[in-house]
Amino acid sequence: MTRIRKFLYNQKAAPYVFVLPFVLTFLIFFVYPVLTTIRMSFQEVLPGMVTNVGWKNYQRLLGDRIFRTAVGNSFRYMFWTVLILIPMPLVLAYMLNSRLMVASEFFRGVLFLPILVNVVVAGTIFRLMFGELPGSFMNTVRAFFGLEPIKWLRQKETGMAALVLMACWRWTGVNILYYLAALKNIPLEMYEAAEIDGANGWQRFRHLAVPLVKPTIIYVLTISIYAGLAMFTESYMLWAGNNSPRNIGLTIVGYLYRQGWEQNRMGFASAVGLVLLLVASIISFIQLRITGVFGKERD
Amino acid sequence: MKRSTLSMLVLFLALWFAFSGPAAANVTKFTFWTFIPQHARFFDVMAEKWNELHPDRPVELESSVMPYDDMHNKLQIALQSGVGAPDICDIEISRFPNYLMGVPQLMPLNAYFEAYIDDIVPSRLGIYSKDGNMYGAPTHVGATMAFYYVEILESAGIDYREIKTWDDFAEAGRKLKQVHPDKFMGIAETSAAWTVTAMLAQQGTDLVSEDERPLINTPEMLRAVTTMQNMVKEGIMTTCPDGQPDTEGGKGFIDQGNVACVIMPQWFMSRFVDEMPSMYQKMAIAPMPVFEEGMPRSVGLGGTGTVVTNFASNKELAGEFVAYAKLSEDANRMIWEDMGFDPCNTALWTDREMTHNPENRYNQYFLTNAFDVLLEIKDEIMMVRSTSISPTINQYLTTVMLNELFEDLLDPAEVLENAQYDIENQIF
Repeated sequence: MTRIRKFLYNQKAAPYVFVLPFVLTFLIFFVYPVLTTIRMSFQEVLPGMVTNVGWKNYQRLLGDRIFRTAVGNSFRYMFWTVLILIPMPLVLAYMLNSRLMVASEFFRGVLFLPILVNVVVAGTIFRLMFGELPGSFMNTVRAFFGLEPIKWLRQKETGMAALVLMACWRWTGVNILYYLAALKNIPLEMYEAAEIDGANGWQRFRHLAVPLVKPTIIYVLTISIYAGLAMFTESYMLWAGNNSPRNIGLTIVGYLYRQGWEQNRMGFASAVGLVLLLVASIISFIQLRITGVFGKERD
Repeated sequence: MKRSTLSMLVLFLALWFAFSGPAAANVTKFTFWTFIPQHARFFDVMAEKWNELHPDRPVELESSVMPYDDMHNKLQIALQSGVGAPDICDIEISRFPNYLMGVPQLMPLNAYFEAYIDDIVPSRLGIYSKDGNMYGAPTHVGATMAFYYVEILESAGIDYREIKTWDDFAEAGRKLKQVHPDKFMGIAETSAAWTVTAMLAQQGTDLVSEDERPLINTPEMLRAVTTMQNMVKEGIMTTCPDGQPDTEGGKGFIDQGNVACVIMPQWFMSRFVDEMPSMYQKMAIAPMPVFEEGMPRSVGLGGTGTVVTNFASNKELAGEFVAYAKLSEDANRMIWEDMGFDPCNTALWTDREMTHNPENRYNQYFLTNAFDVLLEIKDEIMMVRSTSISPTINQYLTTVMLNELFEDLLDPAEVLENAQYDIENQIF
């Protein structure tokens, strides 16, 4: 007993005890799977039959045009979601934060609601909305403007538009929440001071609010890049499965899923997963470098 | 201490006797996964029949019906990890080869099939086998046939019985167009490969060679897809919502009377009866067209193999039950009467009492009898190969290749070259 007590009150050991839960979960649920995945990416993994194949999985990946399609789709999706979901919610949050805004609580609630809708339900609803028959919602909208019905989920551009629209619909509210939290931290006096100095509305937004919420913007940007590259469920639900025509909705994770589970090539799927990890890490690294997050830590 | 131990023992014994009645002790419970609700219903009926025949070894099924992809993926993970697999499971033919890779985590059923095997079409057992071991019990033959919408054809002066070749088919389509410009003669599938596969079988070839290589950029394939693409260009054939007949969109499209002919395996009959009420007493069944007269007019497509996994609680009983439930004569009768499929026990095809039963709802729905057609083409029903690369080929065709051909109308030769390359790259 005394020994345990001694250990618990030991100032040298205590910090390690406190970080232990994190270290353990990190080792068991991140490091170990990553290491196993690296091993598996050099193997052909079948029940009761594991063979080493060297670099074959990676070689195959190099010449794989479907993988390239998947990478292209993931990047285009990431690009559009970042382009829309970083600035738009910021502007909306700024408006909601303004004293001139009426019913801001109400709008905050309404904009936040979509994320509470399960992605499976949302995907199904969007699939029906973007149906190819003349009676589907989006085709009725087109008909209102005198346009012909189109096969939304069969064409590359309209399919991607549906995906991006769904992402914007779902995530705008969450990003607004991040930005609002940051904006609320800016003291009112600073706005007043700026006003006295003659700054107009745009200048106050551009030169006061934006720099002060920059850390939040960087955070949202980082998670958006990763979320964009790792997107899978949205596409899976929108096309009611992993098989979109001409792979217009296939993402990197979708390809991993197809190879690993649908076609029983776990080794190859592991290679796909590692490439995703590598690409996401590199982009995040560059992005954090440019925005100066690493620099700050060094100071 | 002592007294509490004693009272615990008494309590334990009391509970033991209370919950272990003599009747409940014998029933073996099996978990059963399937992706088709009708199959769950069918197995429940077969379990009842089994229990009547074997009161000493009753079985009880706990069936779970899951969506197609979910069920297959869940099973794959369960078998790979060895945790959570069901006792008995349905596996769709295009996914089946996945479960035969490596050391199959399924039980060889040869010993249990033996009693019934002589009556069953051998090739239907072969598609679910590896190295001489039979792992899956087939449901049906799935012979492709043509379903004609008679009313609309007659109004355009077309006799469906005279359509023998694809040229006849195209000609009929042109006639149809003149009277009904908004109707189509047939469907060019983009999310399934029924017609294309049937066209290959007619020419004596397949999607995959005997030594398991993809056969995509072949002259036979080129002939098949060019024929179809030309008909799409002419407006004789069309793509349909959801890309193929056996989908919500496809069935709705047919039920609205948009197509004069649907080429599908025989089991599509059941979809008509269950899900396309508007076509009641309007459809006739006939052999499908061929390129040149004399070519085989049908091919067995689609299917589900029922397996017993290596993790089954009572493998012997599960094996015996599956064999009975799918391969016995009782089962084969039920497969037609309840589900409306062409049973693998072809001896039954000549049993007129069963096949021409006027009470049968499948017979009532159609203008002609399916078994008359089946007997006519019986010796012409080709079989497709199902190999470890089949899931990859099928997947590529139904997402990329057929869309490029029939939606984008790209040059067939080029599309086939690309397809051959992409598929080979995934496999080798």
